[in-house]
This record gives sequence, C-alpha cells and structure tokens, in this order.
Amino acid sequence: MTAPALSRRAFAKAGLGLTLAFALRPPFAFAAPAKGLPGSLAGNPMLDAWLSLNGDGTVTVMTGKVELGQGILTALAQIAAEELALPLARVRMLSGDTAATPDEGFTSGSQSIEYGGTAVRLAAAEARAILLERAAQRLGVAAAELTLADATVKAPDGRSLSYGELAKDGMLHREATAAAQPIPPLEHKLVGKAVPRLDIPAKVTGSAIYVQDMRLPGMLHGRVVRPPRYGAALASLDETAVRQLPGVVALVRDGSFLGVVAEREEEAVRAREALMRAARWEGGAALPETDGIHAYLRSQPHEDTVVSEKAGEAPAEARALGASYTKPYIAHASIGPSAALAEFREGALTVWSHTQGVFPLRRDLAKALRLPLGAIRVAHAQGSGCYGHNGADDVALDAALLARAVEGRPVRVQWMREDEFAWEPYGAAMTVELEAGLAADGSIVRWRHEVWSNTHSTRPGEAEGDNLLASWHLASPDRPARPHGIPQPNGGGDRNAVPLYDFPNQRVVSHLIPAMPLRVSALRTLGAYANVFAAESFMDELAAASGADPVAFRLRHLTDARARAVIETAAEKAGWRAGMKSDGARGRGIGFAKYKTLSSYVAVVAEVAIDRGSGEVRVPRAIVAADSGQIVNPDGLANQIEGGIIQATSWTLKEEVRFERAGIASRDWAGYPILTFPEVPAVELTLIDRPEEKPLGAGEAAAGPIAAAIANAFAHASGVRIRDLPLTPQRVKAALA
Amino acid sequence: MAAAITLKVNGQERAVSAEPETPLLYVLRNDLALNGAKFGCGLAQCGACTVLVDGDAVRSCVTEIGSLQGRAITTLEGLGTLEKPHPLQEAFIAEQAAQCGYCIAGMIMSAAAYLASVPKASEAGLRQALVGNLCRCGTHGRILRAVLRAAKAMGKA
Repeated sequence: MTAPALSRRAFAKAGLGLTLAFALRPPFAFAAPAKGLPGSLAGNPMLDAWLSLNGDGTVTVMTGKVELGQGILTALAQIAAEELALPLARVRMLSGDTAATPDEGFTSGSQSIEYGGTAVRLAAAEARAILLERAAQRLGVAAAELTLADATVKAPDGRSLSYGELAKDGMLHREATAAAQPIPPLEHKLVGKAVPRLDIPAKVTGSAIYVQDMRLPGMLHGRVVRPPRYGAALASLDETAVRQLPGVVALVRDGSFLGVVAEREEEAVRAREALMRAARWEGGAALPETDGIHAYLRSQPHEDTVVSEKAGEAPAEARALGASYTKPYIAHASIGPSAALAEFREGALTVWSHTQGVFPLRRDLAKALRLPLGAIRVAHAQGSGCYGHNGADDVALDAALLARAVEGRPVRVQWMREDEFAWEPYGAAMTVELEAGLAADGSIVRWRHEVWSNTHSTRPGEAEGDNLLASWHLASPDRPARPHGIPQPNGGGDRNAVPLYDFPNQRVVSHLIPAMPLRVSALRTLGAYANVFAAESFMDELAAASGADPVAFRLRHLTDARARAVIETAAEKAGWRAGMKSDGARGRGIGFAKYKTLSSYVAVVAEVAIDRGSGEVRVPRAIVAADSGQIVNPDGLANQIEGGIIQATSWTLKEEVRFERAGIASRDWAGYPILTFPEVPAVELTLIDRPEEKPLGAGEAAAGPIAAAIANAFAHASGVRIRDLPLTPQRVKAALA
Repeated sequence: MAAAITLKVNGQERAVSAEPETPLLYVLRNDLALNGAKFGCGLAQCGACTVLVDGDAVRSCVTEIGSLQGRAITTLEGLGTLEKPHPLQEAFIAEQAAQCGYCIAGMIMSAAAYLASVPKASEAGLRQALVGNLCRCGTHGRILRAVLRAAKAMGKA
C-alpha cells in the first residue's frame, strides 16, 4: 500500500479517478465488526481510512455517511476540527464514495452522529495523540509542552511542524486503538456550538451541488416508462414513431424495462410520453381497496415473534381495556423526484447517486448488471431529501441501464413525478392492538402490545436477491430479497413496540406479514410512528379511564429521569394544568417517546383547533422538549427536530397513499396532499443538553410523539377518540357526527 | 427545427436553440447552467421551479419559452451571489433555513415576488403567498423567519 493519503487527496481533487490505492477493507467488511472498536471504527479500523492530513494545511475527513439535508457533514467536520484544533475552514469532507470512503452501510435511522461521529472523533483524537508524540520526538520537547493550532504542532520556543509534514510517511496507516482520550466536552470550542451548515450558502445561491445539477461533457438525458401497475408485462411496443422523434438517441427495451435516451431533457420527456402511448401492457396484480387494507393485511399469513415478555408481582387487576389503532401507507414524497447520473466507459460503470448507502447500492447494481463489484464505482451526490428508502437506488439502476446503451456518453435520469409516487417503496400500513389491565388504584399492572406490519426494509445490498426495481422487469429478471424483520432493540415494524413505562407485566408480539400488495421499505421511524401513536394514545385513554391527568399518569409509571425530564419540561413550557377544560373546538394533548427505546427522548404538547363544520383539524402550536444526549450542533439538532414535527404533523393530518384494483391512485401532489404553509404549526423547542452523555440522533425521534399528541389533543377538544390515521376532514366529520 | 430564441435572463440577453414550446425550466438548467430552479413535478403543483417573469412568480416547468421573448426573467442566481447575496439569501443563511434545500430556490423567488407586492410583510400574508410552495423537510418555520428577517432589512417590516 503506497501513500494512501496522497492518492486519496489527488482523487478528491480530480473527482473522477477510478482506481486508487487506499486503506479500506474489502466490501462486506461493515457487516463484520472487528475487535469491539466503537462506532463505525468497528468495520473500518484503519486511521487513514478516515483522515488525511494534507500538505496544504487542510485535513480531509472520509466518511461513509452522506448529506441528506440533515447537516451531517457539518457536524462531522465540527467533530474532526475540535479534536485536531483546526478552524472549520480547514476541514474537507469526502463522503459516500465506494472508491474513497469507509463503508458505513446506510445513512439512516438517526445513527450517523452516534456511529459515524464516534468513529471520526476517536480517529481524530488518535491522530492528535500520534502527531504530538511524533512532534515531541522530532523537536526534543515533552509532548505536554506542545500546542496545536492551524494544522501545526508548536513548541514553546517557536519551532513548529505542520500536520502534513508530520504525517508524510503514512503515519496514520495503522489500526485504530480507540485508546486516545477525546477532548472533554467541557473544553469544546466547536462541538456543541450552533455552527452554520457548510452547505446552506451554496443551496441558497444556486451553486451546483445536487446530482440534478451535474452536467458532464457529452451528457444525454434519460427517462423511463414503468408498467401501469405492479407485475404488468410489456406485451408489445410500436417503436417507429418514437424513434423518429427529435433528439432520440436510444430506446432501451429489456423485458418489461423500457426507457429512452435523448440529446435534450425535454426531448426525453416527450419521447417518454410517446412511448407510454406506444406500449401495450398485460397482466399484473389487482390491488386490494384502500379502505379495507388493514383487514386485508391481517388476513394474510404472518410470522409471529414475542418481542418482550415480562411477568412480575403486581396488585390485582380490577379491569381491562383494549383498543386497536391503524396507520396507512405513507409516501416519502420527496420534493425532487429521484435522479442519478451514470457513465459506462471501457466496461467500467460510474454512478452518481443520492442513495443512502453507496456500498449496498453497488452490490445490487453489480447483480442486476452482471458486473463484478470492482467494475462499479458509486459516488454520492446530494439530491432532494429522502426520509428513508425512496426511489434513489432504483433510478441509479435505471441510469446505468440507459447508459449501457450509449457507452461512452454519460446519461442523467430523473424520474417524473408520477414515477416517484407510483413506484417508490412506501412506509408500511400497520395495525396496533393494545390491551391493559388496571389495578383498583388506576395504575397499569399489565400491558399487551401486538403489531401487524409488512417489513420496514427492502433496501438494496441483501445477501440474496436484488432490491432494485428495474432488476425485476428485465428479460432475465432478478427476484427481490425475501422480506425480513429488523431485530430489537432497533426493530422494524416493532420499533418502539416495547413499552418505555415500568409495567410489572407485559407482552409484546410482532406479526410480520410477508405478503406485500404494495411495495414498502424504510420510511423515517419505521414502525415507531405507529407504535408510539398507538401506545401514547392508549396511555391517554387509560388515564381517562383512571380519572387521572395524562401528564401525571405518565410520570406515575416512569422512573427514567431523562424521560421524566422531557415530559415535565414540555408540560411546563406549554403551561399544562391538570383538568383543563375544552370548548369542544380547541384542545391540547401530550405524547412522549424514547426513540427506538435507546435513543433521543422527546415529549410534545400539541394544541389543536377543530372546525366542526368542515372537519378540518389544525395544529397551531407544538411545544417540544428533547434530550439527544451531548449536543454537537444545537441549531442543526433544532432544525432536525422541527422538521420531524412538521413532517409528522403532515402525515398525521393528511397523508395516505390511495390505491384501487387497477393500481396506485396517488400519482401527484393533488392525489397526495401534504401540509402547506398556512397549516404549519409554530414549533417551540427546548433542548436539554447532556454533555456527559453519548450524542444521539434526533431526526426521527419526534414523529411518534407529535402524532399521539395531536390525536390526544383532538380527543381532549372533541371528547371523541380517533384511532385511525390520518385525521382527514372526512374521517373527523364522520367521528363527530 | 429548433429556432433560436432570445431570452432576457438575469439582465442578460441569452440566445438559446430550442423549440418554442420547451418549458423554460429545462432551458434555464441545461442550456444556461442555472441550477436554482428545480424540477419537482412538471405540473405547477409544488413551486420548486419558481422564477420571476417581469416580477411575477411563475412556474418555469409549465412556462413555454416561446411566450417569454422580451420579458425579464429572474432566477435565484439573478438575485445575488455567494459574494454579494440578496437580503433574502442573507436571511436564509442567517436563519439556517434549509435542510435538503431542494425547494429553497422556489421559496426565495416566491418570497421575493411577495415582498415586492406589499408595502409591509406579515406572517399571515407570507404563509398565504407561499401556499403553493411545498417543503417536505419541514423547514417552514425557518423559511418564514428568514423572509420576515429579509423584509426587515428591505424596509418592509
């Protein structure tokens, strides 16, 4: 291995290099943690896989985590700058590139700070220790007398050595020990500060930073034509008219995969429309009806797992209550349809993609294209926010298939709006059934939580099968991987199904339904949104049955001090008073969760206003308290939590993918309305900083609590409980009638 | 054959060779390398492609270039630059009013049209003015604060 740091730097500059020597372990290494190193160091132990101390006084951080609009690259840069005593401007970020960065799997689950951040912090702390040790030797000065500033190590007598100079001979080409002590939180100068995001100035002035903005020399434009419904096959195609359209360079027909490449983007769009008219499709699966979907899913075979069981001593059960809750299919509904840019050259493929995982995507691309992994490079380029597994990976294969037909010329493909709505994998429809036993004093002595759900991950990169959409449509098709659950404590459909409260007896059962009438995969929070909505709605129902105040009732069943603190803080900031009366139109409710039962704590008090005439529910205000452990960037964290609150308010009030026997009916924004500006709540957020605790992700933590808070506020305002989402005017009017 | 059409974009005359019915969005992005306006839906439903035409906010994804000769087109890039940002751009940076940022150019352009149309900005008026601009990350609160901050800087508060 020669001078890996130099190679990588040259690569970062050129941006297009295909092969280079670097210190990464082979693919699949991420799956096999080594030696118990913390965070993402486990799968990627070499220090020079993470850091390059450059000759120009900058430091390059290589990270497998990618920017999805959540500000992760800024937070990681803060961490590296802190440990290496650098101004932020001297940190360069190289992110998500199969040819240059560690394999950190997916950027998902609000885990990037916890895993990726930990790796960068420990690698940088160790680099600092090695720099000091080397400088001490070379300068003949005790390490304790040296200081670090501006990418140099300085001796008291004024002599200094630059990081680049000290690191020239592959100093970081060694395995991490995680033994170097990171800077104590109380001494932090950058971490914990509201550092402005590095990417925002470019985003508000129109710099080219999205994959949609990439324009390579000779680039062509591609569009795809999907079947009218799942499983339909292309029976015939009259190509003549389409081939004669202006600008058309290639038609690609491979089984039921159909696409077109044209010189100009609008020509590709027009050719796609002509292809849609020219194609005749056959067969395909009839879908169930939207309104009967929960009963339909529960009637399917399921695989049952007891997720948690607890039997303890408790006062006698005086009475039992039960209730059932549902959540519909929800779309990621990214504002920008998925896009990718691909180029085939001399048998090698390069794909620029806004995927959440460049390495897993590469594995499925290799399968679909029958290429060796080494022939494919996937590099991350930003796209529209994804909120989980949307069409990003699928369009990467589309672009590759189209680029293969015009070898030597890059092809940029963006899905049309209806491609995204009709073909993205949705967040699964779910049913949650709850039952509780109350003692004579009103306390909960028994809790049963059962959840019925499809899988919450059909992401690419599985050992068997191929999860990229077009691979199923090719003349020689691949099959999707077998759906599976995600083990606790993270959980999939059963994420946050295990109670956070101290119940003496509990039983939690997950029913995984393998049959998937609609395509589903990971959407922000996976099952946690439905499970928290259900459990926290039910807590209010039990509180009412016990004649208790919802806040007091929760605290009575909760010993975790951090959990109590967010509930108490949200209640106090909201001016919560037990026994507040409602006028039938306005109300307030609370919801709480510790995300994944192991991450951020969030409590929300929502206020709702109901228009009894129209059935419209509004949420004017949401008061939020959050504890995400040590805060790396308070403003970035606030942005994530505010966003989670608003997006989940939209899910809760408005969102449901509609379908009918003939196919998906929600195909544009009119068919899938989301929250608009006049409807958006004012979010009042209090962050509880815990500098001595592990930093935790928060992007997803607020979704379940706000849903429950809204449903509870609706019940408080109207006296009527709605247990099926979303709270659409139609449903509200029916409930209040 | 594609005709040469001259468009006035951000104060400059730009000749482009495209059919008159070509949506302005593709010409801005691909011929003129202006990245601000984004493709979101192609249906005038989401606002990601918003630009100004003679000061009015229009959806460039459904506006044919043949209808624009002699009219003044302004994109995000025409408002200001990294070095010399417009008060709206400054305010969006100050309020950190973006997550993925895909909708932001459209937000800023619709906000610019709103601020130009009122003597005094109000939050309620602004919310109404942005009703056709969708944001999925949930950055709405910051976007409102950013525009109201810019309004102050522009003497419209």
